[in-house]
Amino acid sequence: MTDVTNLRDRPAWLTLDKLGVLIALIAVAGLALPFALLKANRIVPGEARGILDGLPGGPGFLFLALLIACILAALLRVPNLVKLGASATALLALFLLIGVAASNLMPPENNYARVSPSSGFWLLVFANSLMLADVLTRLRLGPWIRIGILLGVCVVVTLLLWSGSWNDLSILQEYATRSRAFWQEARTHILLTFGSVAAAILVGIPMGVLCYRRKALRAAVLNVLNIVQTIPSIALFGLLIAPMAWIAATIPGASAIGISGIGTAPALVALFAYSLLPVVSNTVVGLLGVSAAAVDAARGMGMTRRQRMLGVELPLAFPVILTGIRIVLVQNIGLATIAALIGGGGFGVFVFQGIGQTAMDLVLLGAVPTVALAFAAAVVLDAVVEMIS
Amino acid sequence: MIEIDGVSKAYGDNLAVNDVSLTIQPHTICAVVGTSGSGKTTLMRMINRLVEPTSGQIRIDSEDVTAVPAHELRRRIGYAIQGNGLFPHKNVGQNIATVPRLLGWNEKRISARVDELLELFQLDPHMFRDRMPHELSGGQQQRVGVARALAAKPNILLMDEPFGALDPVIRTRAQDDLLAIQQRFGTTIVLVTHDMEEAIHLGDRIAVMDEGKLVQFAPPAEIIGNPASDFVAELLGPSDRAFRLLSLSRLADHVESGEATGEPLPSTASLRDAYSELLWSGRTAAPVVTAAGDVIGRIRLESLTRLAMAPK
Amino acid sequence: MTIGNLIRLLVLAVLIALLMRPDLFAGFFALFAKPGQPVIYNQGNLLAITISHLLIVAIAVLGSTMVAVGLGILVTRPAGAEFLPLSRAIANIGQTFPPVAVLALAVPVLGFGTGPTLVALFLYGLLPVFENTLTGFTNLPPRVMEAARGAGMTGRQRLLQVELPLALPVILAGIRISTVIALATATIGSTVAARTLGEVIIAGLLTGNTAFVLQGGLIVGALAVLIYDALSGLERLLMARQGRGVAR
Repeated sequence: MTDVTNLRDRPAWLTLDKLGVLIALIAVAGLALPFALLKANRIVPGEARGILDGLPGGPGFLFLALLIACILAALLRVPNLVKLGASATALLALFLLIGVAASNLMPPENNYARVSPSSGFWLLVFANSLMLADVLTRLRLGPWIRIGILLGVCVVVTLLLWSGSWNDLSILQEYATRSRAFWQEARTHILLTFGSVAAAILVGIPMGVLCYRRKALRAAVLNVLNIVQTIPSIALFGLLIAPMAWIAATIPGASAIGISGIGTAPALVALFAYSLLPVVSNTVVGLLGVSAAAVDAARGMGMTRRQRMLGVELPLAFPVILTGIRIVLVQNIGLATIAALIGGGGFGVFVFQGIGQTAMDLVLLGAVPTVALAFAAAVVLDAVVEMIS
Repeated sequence: MIEIDGVSKAYGDNLAVNDVSLTIQPHTICAVVGTSGSGKTTLMRMINRLVEPTSGQIRIDSEDVTAVPAHELRRRIGYAIQGNGLFPHKNVGQNIATVPRLLGWNEKRISARVDELLELFQLDPHMFRDRMPHELSGGQQQRVGVARALAAKPNILLMDEPFGALDPVIRTRAQDDLLAIQQRFGTTIVLVTHDMEEAIHLGDRIAVMDEGKLVQFAPPAEIIGNPASDFVAELLGPSDRAFRLLSLSRLADHVESGEATGEPLPSTASLRDAYSELLWSGRTAAPVVTAAGDVIGRIRLESLTRLAMAPK
Repeated sequence: MTIGNLIRLLVLAVLIALLMRPDLFAGFFALFAKPGQPVIYNQGNLLAITISHLLIVAIAVLGSTMVAVGLGILVTRPAGAEFLPLSRAIANIGQTFPPVAVLALAVPVLGFGTGPTLVALFLYGLLPVFENTLTGFTNLPPRVMEAARGAGMTGRQRLLQVELPLALPVILAGIRISTVIALATATIGSTVAARTLGEVIIAGLLTGNTAFVLQGGLIVGALAVLIYDALSGLERLLMARQGRGVAR
């Protein structure tokens, strides 16, 4: 009986948070595993290094204390803002100190050695991100604040990159030797993604309007687009080689403007084909969802069919259409990686080169910007969709 | 017998049910009436412990409902809800068999019970047993819902707005079916409704709830004659109460000796229907006949007018 | 037989013929190969590669389905309610990760071969199934759930007899999405030395042999479309049985 009384008398914050237990377990595992890896060169397996190896003395102990404080904050039912502060501080410290640790671990006068973050670091990042994500979800932030947070993160990352504190990390050493190619491929990646999405919007919305008006057309078009969407990307890229090569060979001037079986052109066409389904089907669904009363009122006021479509139906359907655009943008940022396999360029070049050379830092150089770009696009478009609906 | 003893239910600071006590006699229908948010549904859901009371006790046949695990209690109590809540992925037979199956009846007994209930509700077992709920009309779904609630022969049946989703014609028929079944099996029924007309038609006693409190618990005649508060009177609809009073009695109980001409009225008709018929045909009296067609007397407009007066 | 079924049957027949007797199609593929290049993939048996590809996908999807549905059930029970908001966020955010990136990031941890591909497919496949399981379990018709409770079903009985069957079409839609993604990602898995149909396509790309590319592409494409179509059909069947419309 005394136990029960004790439980009741305890303050609310001194009870265990179930989710926190999970987060704390991940973080403890992160503390136990190696923080960084030191490799003699870029392709050999590395040797494990702990936090105190990388950050000897006071700073290391301070950092450890901060991480342990975070684990406690996760475990207990403290106010959300405390959890927010703890996890954000820990993440900032992790990203700042991994660079410092890399500089400390790097043997002097050695151009071949590489230091990269290891499993411990990633688990700590994961645990703290979970905590941050949980708090942010619970706080139900408005769209502007979410975009603001994203901008803040971008500024911090830019500052970290610009200050040079990450320069001794292996991924940035990969970047340093091919910075020109990096920005070249970044441009291609963006061009592939946004070019295909823009084309899909220009073609897809009118197509959606047409499908909305002609019921017979609707099922046929959506079924064909569904099939296209189902075909694995690399297969679609491949299947386009033959027809594109044929166009280049037969239509005069086609090859002069860059059309060929291999390269950016088939990649753009394939990405465009993938984007059509979400845009068209969301246009149809959005238009079908427009209230009949609103359309009727517009008709009653003497609007023509064109005026109704542009002035009433499309604006009302826009949030749904924008959701479709969000889907294709995020999807194409990822799919554009695969264009590298048919010589289309983009961040995929580094991913597949890295895989080919078993140089994992090079893989990361391609994968990390892709993931960041996809994530940022999702946050921004989700926020915009929420603002206008 | 259901005894509700000083029961309250709090949600935060809000008392959904506030210290309600009432006793429902076996083999009767108790209609719980109130506006939405009056706590009537919460009160009923505490009987089968879909809601646990914050304080107070509920006893069924003198046994505290918390004496058995909630799911076992619920298997002994029939439960029918508005919009029927049929399982959309099970056919009519499987839906009705739900509780018998939970109780572990054998297949033969279950199948016999399903057919018996379907016939009772005038649904041909061969036609309906294997149909899916979405293939039935609203009225049929409602009947299957009640049949499912009665499947394990419960002594008590709880009904939450069971006729709420039906159109008026089907609703009247469903109400009469319910009365017939209740008389046949003697089931104790607690029925929640917002419709006073329905409560008067079906209830042996009516419990009126307002803002979590029990305002009045009495037979329909007393509710109509002596509403305990302005709220109850308002719920009755002041312009209708004379007719409501008339609707409670049948002609058979008020036949007078004497002669009358014109179309005879059946002795099973309510006084309200008789009054309406006399006004409509412009007569001052009409003959009353039994079901067999024998004239047993007459009813006069004058007597009906007197019977419609507020009881002193 | 409807036209749709006729086309399905035809695609299936051509696919099987291509896998069993690829030499029958040599004439067609010769149109795309440069003179002197082999016309039919010659570094492995097409049928064996296809079976390996399908096996990788099947194991990964089966694994992710079991884990994701299990987790979905856990976080929708009262005891797991604290995990629900974050679970939703993870299912949502996680799907912005490109599947290729998951595959690429699995390599540093797990090395090359079929293993990392399997793990990457499994991990990514969790998300759509998990998201749909959450949707299925949190959008159950309240009256039906009320009736199940009122009939005296225990939590376990409600889960197995009512909630799971009612959520099944939505969960199945998640499995379908997972399967299509897994089929595509497995194809790319050949770049990390998994034995999948991607190796046919990539061999073609590396040697400039369009015939190989076409063979691989057609087989993977046909498989994906047929499997997608079959799973959609199953969903429609289940939805119709419950008297509900088809969810796209």
